[in-house]
Amino acid sequence: MEPLMAIAIGVLFACAIYMMLRRSIVKLVIGLMLLSNAANLLIFSTAGMVRGKPPLVPEGLAAPLGEVADPLPQALVLTAIVIAFGVLSFAVVLLRRAWEIVRTDDLDKMKDTDT
Amino acid sequence: MMQLVVLSGFVLAAAAPFLFRWLGDRTAAIMALFPAALVLWLLAQWPTVVAGEPLWLEMAWVPGLGISLDFLIDGLSLLFALLIAGIGAFVLLYAGEYLRGHPDLPRFLVIITAFMMSMLGLVLADNLVALFVFWELTSITSYLLIGFNHTDLPARKAALQGLLVTVAGGLALMAGLVMLAIAGESWSLAELATRGDSLREHPLYTPMLLCVLLGAFTKSAQFPFHFWLPNAMAAPTPVSAYLHSATMVKAGIYLLARLQPGLGGTELWIVILSLVGALTMFTGAFQAIRHINVKKLLAYSTVMALGTLTMLLGIGTEGAMVAFVTFLLAHSLYKGALFMVAGILDHETGTKDVTAMGGLRRVMPLTATVALIAAFSLAGLPPLLGFIGKELMFESVLDASHLTALILLLAFMAAFLTIAVAAIVALRPFFGEPHQTLRVAHEPPLAMLAGPAVLAALSLLLGLVPGSLDGLVGVTVARLGAGEASVHLALWHGINVPLLLSLAGLVLGWLVYRRWDRVRARLAYLDPLMARGPEAGYDALMAALVRLAEWQTRVLQNGYLRNYLAVTLLVLVALVGHAFFFRHAARFDVSIDVYLHEAVAVGLMIAGAVAACLMKSRLAAVAAVGVMGFSIALTFVLFSAPDLAITQLLVETLTVILLVLVLFRLPRFANLSAPGERLRDLIVASAFGLMVTLLMLAVLAGERLPRISDYMVDNSQPQGHGHNIVNVILVDFRALDTLGEIFVLALAAVGVYAMLRFHAAEGSRPATKRPRASDDGE
Repeated sequence: MEPLMAIAIGVLFACAIYMMLRRSIVKLVIGLMLLSNAANLLIFSTAGMVRGKPPLVPEGLAAPLGEVADPLPQALVLTAIVIAFGVLSFAVVLLRRAWEIVRTDDLDKMKDTDT
Repeated sequence: MMQLVVLSGFVLAAAAPFLFRWLGDRTAAIMALFPAALVLWLLAQWPTVVAGEPLWLEMAWVPGLGISLDFLIDGLSLLFALLIAGIGAFVLLYAGEYLRGHPDLPRFLVIITAFMMSMLGLVLADNLVALFVFWELTSITSYLLIGFNHTDLPARKAALQGLLVTVAGGLALMAGLVMLAIAGESWSLAELATRGDSLREHPLYTPMLLCVLLGAFTKSAQFPFHFWLPNAMAAPTPVSAYLHSATMVKAGIYLLARLQPGLGGTELWIVILSLVGALTMFTGAFQAIRHINVKKLLAYSTVMALGTLTMLLGIGTEGAMVAFVTFLLAHSLYKGALFMVAGILDHETGTKDVTAMGGLRRVMPLTATVALIAAFSLAGLPPLLGFIGKELMFESVLDASHLTALILLLAFMAAFLTIAVAAIVALRPFFGEPHQTLRVAHEPPLAMLAGPAVLAALSLLLGLVPGSLDGLVGVTVARLGAGEASVHLALWHGINVPLLLSLAGLVLGWLVYRRWDRVRARLAYLDPLMARGPEAGYDALMAALVRLAEWQTRVLQNGYLRNYLAVTLLVLVALVGHAFFFRHAARFDVSIDVYLHEAVAVGLMIAGAVAACLMKSRLAAVAAVGVMGFSIALTFVLFSAPDLAITQLLVETLTVILLVLVLFRLPRFANLSAPGERLRDLIVASAFGLMVTLLMLAVLAGERLPRISDYMVDNSQPQGHGHNIVNVILVDFRALDTLGEIFVLALAAVGVYAMLRFHAAEGSRPATKRPRASDDGE
């Protein structure tokens, strides 16, 4: 499974970078979303993917029976998903403000501090 | 503990403004008691030190790195420390009067006291690192003092020039000192002095000598770095008297003298030091007579004196070292006095132009007397200390082993030009016809006259009884590694070559003085040539630096976000690729074991991402990203991550809502890039994507290391009392991470809220009409 994920993640990264290199700020936002998802997947799948063994302790036991999926990358990715959302919402509102003031969606025209 | 005294001096410096609020105009005079007490303490050490027993004061600083704050008081340190504290006391007294009523007097007191302590630390420290720290502190305080009149553009420019020249040299010095410590296997100056033989044969000898010399030459204004010193005359006169003649500019000389036993005596040392010293001597004396500003005249004559000292260190014979110590002392005494007299003249007449003054001896006879005595010492006339210094200098130049004829010629020319300078400074303002000046001159207050009077008196006294210095000079020379400690200074050496040279110099100097106005007019023809001197080189270098900064800002910091991104990514790809294919032959794991439904989820993910890039409308792009997000959630479900799946679904939903709310107030997608640019971006993006894929495959092929989360799996229920291990990690094992995450979210929320509020508070809408959502045509 992991080699397939590696290809998918590569494609996601490529799409994210391509969108971030565009001059339109809206495309930049799309690129940002793709990028955070790609990074999360990279962490998740590099740790090894396990089918149907969630890191849960059955009721009444002190430890899970047998091997379970590694919980640590999951915890890290969970944090990352939420933070990516925070960053995205901030970026979106910031770009909206910028658009309202500068009235351009061309990043090449936003390279000076003078409006 | 002397170290604590020096450190408490810094406290005194910091306290100066508060003392000033309390004591008013008397502050400077009262603060002068501190260095005066130091002088008494140092004088009390005199007998011990002269008996050949250096005082060794230990104090640990960073023992683990071999860095200490040990102080070593031997002849050389004692001489310097006495000059620093003694002249420092008088300068404080003098400055209190000179700057009376100046709104920035407290600031001046802070910096000059801090300088005094740094300089004391510099000459007393035995450790190379401590010495270097104090060395740089003197550069910084010097910068602050030259630029004291910070509203004056030339003063700021001169301050920066002085700083850049000395600090650039300081960098070289640091390298030199590190090499010195490596070669000598010690950070202690005293120990390095005993390891001369191994140091001189070490392969690092030449680079370390050149670096140290660069540091010393810039600090001590040696040719071709001498230009900053005359410019530093923009500082208030007490500063010029103190830093830029008597003490700081001698730091480089001091260091060279300290390292003489360790590094001196080689052909390289002798040739460089005598040649640079002699050139500096001549340049200083020659440039001096071109100026009519009394401070510039004195500054160039200081350059000349610094050159003399360097040259004597280069010659390095026993006689030269005796001449070195004597000349050093003589120069500090008369030059300190003359600068303070120059300050008095400026203060009393309102001008620094010697041609605009005359006949002042009638109104200020005491000042005239002091000036005459000091100037006689500068000219090297008997019976003053300067005479002994000059005779000894000529004697050692005649004994020099290398380049004798050349340095003798330069030294002789410098000597007779110096006599002319002395005459100009001391005779021109005080004799002849009285001139109309801006202010009506009269004798200065006692506080201003005390310093120059005492220094001039010392020049005379020590000249009359030079034997009182025998002990100190002897022990210093012995510590410098040249000969025995049996030195006898005398005024009269009989009729010999140095005396004849002095006489000839006197005649020539007097001639130059008599015809000074004509000489100056002739020398003015050389002005275009002088404009191409080392200072022009400095200016060109600075201009080139600014141009380089402009160029690299234009090329690298061009403001195009995507260029930054592309450059960063390409560098990353190149480095990782290099590591993959050249450094380590990476193996890639390509075994595919996959069920159909999993492949469908991954396929949807890829399709969503690619579609998001290709869609022409925003809504379609957002929908495509949504498809990708939900496929990722599905993948999380399939591969044992229920919590991630829930979070991903929630966030995906919120994102869609957010984008619907906000994104549609943003402009439509536009194709702004040219096809060529798109192709280029595609290549960059593909390269990066390929790199990530290969990286991951290589990681998978690598050896599996044991997981670090086994502890968490085992302890989640027993210790964390939770059945969901991921949740226990989040709120228990790694709770701080979660706290940080909450902070980030809160900050983002505050930012979003602030931007929306800001908008509302602004009240006015942008002038152009905003495209309505329904105009999108989706």
